[in-house]
Amino acid sequence: MSNNYFEIIRAGINTTFQDKGRNNLYHIGIPFSGAMDNRNYLLANKLVGNNLDLPVIEFAYQGPLLKYNGDKINIAVTGDVIFELKKKDNKIQGNCYESYQLENGDEIDILSTNKSVYGYLSISGEYNVKLQWGSCSINTKANIGSNNGKKFDNGQKINISKINLNQEKKKTNYLNSKVENIRVIKGTNFDYFSEDGKKNFFEKEFIVSKLSDRMGMRLEGPKIENIVNTNIKSEGLLKGVIQVPADGNPIIMLSDHGTIGGYPKIGVVVSADYDRLVQISPGSKIKFKEIELSDAETLFKLYEMETQNLISQI
Amino acid sequence: MKNISNLGDAALYCDFGIEVNKKINSEVIKYFKAIKEKNIQGINNLTPSYNKLIISYDLRITNFKELKDKIEKLDIKEAEKVTNKKLEIPVCCDDSFSLDIERVKKKLNLTRDQILGNFFNKEYFCYMTGFIAGMPFLGDLDKNMRVQRLETPRIKVPKGSVGITEQFADIYTFESPGGWNIIGNTPLEVFDSSKEKDPNLINSGDTIIFKQITLEEYKNYNEQ
Repeated sequence: MSNNYFEIIRAGINTTFQDKGRNNLYHIGIPFSGAMDNRNYLLANKLVGNNLDLPVIEFAYQGPLLKYNGDKINIAVTGDVIFELKKKDNKIQGNCYESYQLENGDEIDILSTNKSVYGYLSISGEYNVKLQWGSCSINTKANIGSNNGKKFDNGQKINISKINLNQEKKKTNYLNSKVENIRVIKGTNFDYFSEDGKKNFFEKEFIVSKLSDRMGMRLEGPKIENIVNTNIKSEGLLKGVIQVPADGNPIIMLSDHGTIGGYPKIGVVVSADYDRLVQISPGSKIKFKEIELSDAETLFKLYEMETQNLISQI
Repeated sequence: MKNISNLGDAALYCDFGIEVNKKINSEVIKYFKAIKEKNIQGINNLTPSYNKLIISYDLRITNFKELKDKIEKLDIKEAEKVTNKKLEIPVCCDDSFSLDIERVKKKLNLTRDQILGNFFNKEYFCYMTGFIAGMPFLGDLDKNMRVQRLETPRIKVPKGSVGITEQFADIYTFESPGGWNIIGNTPLEVFDSSKEKDPNLINSGDTIIFKQITLEEYKNYNEQ
């Protein structure tokens, strides 16, 4: 049994283990899951000198308060996150994208994400996780993944199975870009909607509903009127797909989405904008911009290049 | 297959027609199995459904045009090994399980006995699995058995619930939100996440027969 662990004093709202997720399981009903904001997930691992595909702790809104027990270890927090470190009698304000060393008895208090949703906590080492289909990612809906597929609870221990020898301090500057427009490719049922509906979709603003989670983001705003059929024969879904049910309010599928759905698809968020999309918090505005497939492919290349640059600078 | 278009920037949307029948669905499953076996680089998910196949890919490895060309050039005709199973699923329709039987009676204008008689006296074909892990979509119910989904979906449908909607029946593999008309419950584990290799009891292409059991048989089912 490991002697290095975090004791969870306060679990936070939705604190889970996440990694790169699971592939090739849609046909049996299991979604990708994995870290919602992939770029911040990769940066979290790089900042503590880990392989980029190791498990991290993901939190949403209010994060956990953890007490560390064990040998010296580095940690890093990524996202737009307000957190504090408590070392003996000292309390310091933490900076994201900078590693810190924790000693036995230190605490890390992740107070909140700032006008965003998800943040990540990595350690210079490895959490003791159980893999299912090659991934630790916790899918609380299907109870799949580490921690019996459940989010963390107060009083639990998070065991650390390995601490890296190299504990070099690392730091980088990164500003999570503010959202202006979320770019969308027209969906396979775009013509199910009225001219006004289509116009509303691309020209008006929507508000992200409180009923959003890792499965989906619900939007409120002008209704998108359907003039063909409010149901289609159920078919596969993907993260980023925007369905419009009979009530006219769009729902965007996110990483833990149901794999099959029967509502018409008005659009799909482009891959390059997914990380920014998931960080839009309830109550915030969102506006869609239509682009073509070829532009979406170019944008993804740029996004991927930028991510690789950020990683190589650490 | 009729046509391949794009669903977003990281998936092919393969259309096999608009109808739902065994012939079209078998074609979808044939493509699904053939593509899966070929292990094509960049593909990270396949979702067969009634009459569509969605092929998701990693945009860092391939793109729409390249993968579409590859899929269109595939030789799918090769005879595939048939490994479909025939399964019997025990279902108890005690009042405590058949949550929507009153609604279904009213909507279909049939008695409870007629509804259950129709439901159990049938072989079902599994078109697809999904929505939640392992949930099978089975068909087809007779024309006089077809009822719309609930106006307001339940927040929690109990695990094991057997529901009907339109021409289909399904089984809730674990507690989940859902809008189907629940007429019974099975004690069988239809999805077992501890089995990584084959977690689904029922897979696309399988044949299902439902067998009615009593409440006592239900209670004793997992104690044998």
